[in-house]
Amino acid sequence: MENIAFQTDWLYGLIGGLFIGLGGAVFLLGNGRIMGASGLIGGLVDGSGWSNAAERIVFLAGVVIMPIIVLQFWDRSETNITDNVLQLVAAGLLVGVGTRIANGCTSGHGVCGISRLSLRGIVATVFYIMAGGLTMALFRAVLGWI
Amino acid sequence: MKLVIALIAGMLFGGGLVVSGMTDTAKVQGWLDVFGAWDPTLAFVMGGAMFPMAIAWILTKGRSPMTGGNFPAPPEPKLGRNLIVGSVLFGMGWALAGLCPGPSIAAISFGGTSLWIFLVAMGAGMFIAPRVRAMMDA
Repeated sequence: MENIAFQTDWLYGLIGGLFIGLGGAVFLLGNGRIMGASGLIGGLVDGSGWSNAAERIVFLAGVVIMPIIVLQFWDRSETNITDNVLQLVAAGLLVGVGTRIANGCTSGHGVCGISRLSLRGIVATVFYIMAGGLTMALFRAVLGWI
Repeated sequence: MKLVIALIAGMLFGGGLVVSGMTDTAKVQGWLDVFGAWDPTLAFVMGGAMFPMAIAWILTKGRSPMTGGNFPAPPEPKLGRNLIVGSVLFGMGWALAGLCPGPSIAAISFGGTSLWIFLVAMGAGMFIAPRVRAMMDA
């Protein structure tokens, strides 16, 4: 607890979370859409969402632009991302296939689903957090690979 | 108007992801690392996000979206195998890289080559997903 960063991280998390939820609220009340990142991206990738492609592209542009603005004032650019190509490719494929088969990810099932007490959102979130926890346990605690 | 709203929503989402620290893969992996140095930040992010979102859902009752059309139908009660299998695969990938789809887009401007490799792989996964789903349904 002697680390200042550790003491403030939860607060940044809460404030950032409020903004994430506010974005979802604006998208829902304004456009009648559920703010699910995997669905918005996936619909562009597989062609199923081309009928409202402009809305998706503009939304995603906003997601890219705001961090650029924030970073002008606050260096929050640390990603700690791995440079292991095999790990990145495996992770990307799993995230891409998994979120599309499940029809949602942390934003759609997690934030938007749970907040309206959707059973599907709650169950999906329980399963991806459990699978993530077990994967971490295996690859970090047992194997020490990541 | 739809596009202006989409841009504002995207900016709030992207800004929130960076401020909350969700573009830092160490924080996400720390949340999932219950046997190591567990990092509870993600719970605060999720909790914080659900508060405005829950209010928004309540506000949809008896109203229509500002730009017309209809609000999404009530959530389906059916769970199904795809939801479970997909979520398990997603959770595994989420842990491996510490990234989910939203933050992977938010970090485009500063994530470097590694992030792009993840993005291309995620795009490929999303591209083949309809075929994988068809195989599962067969």
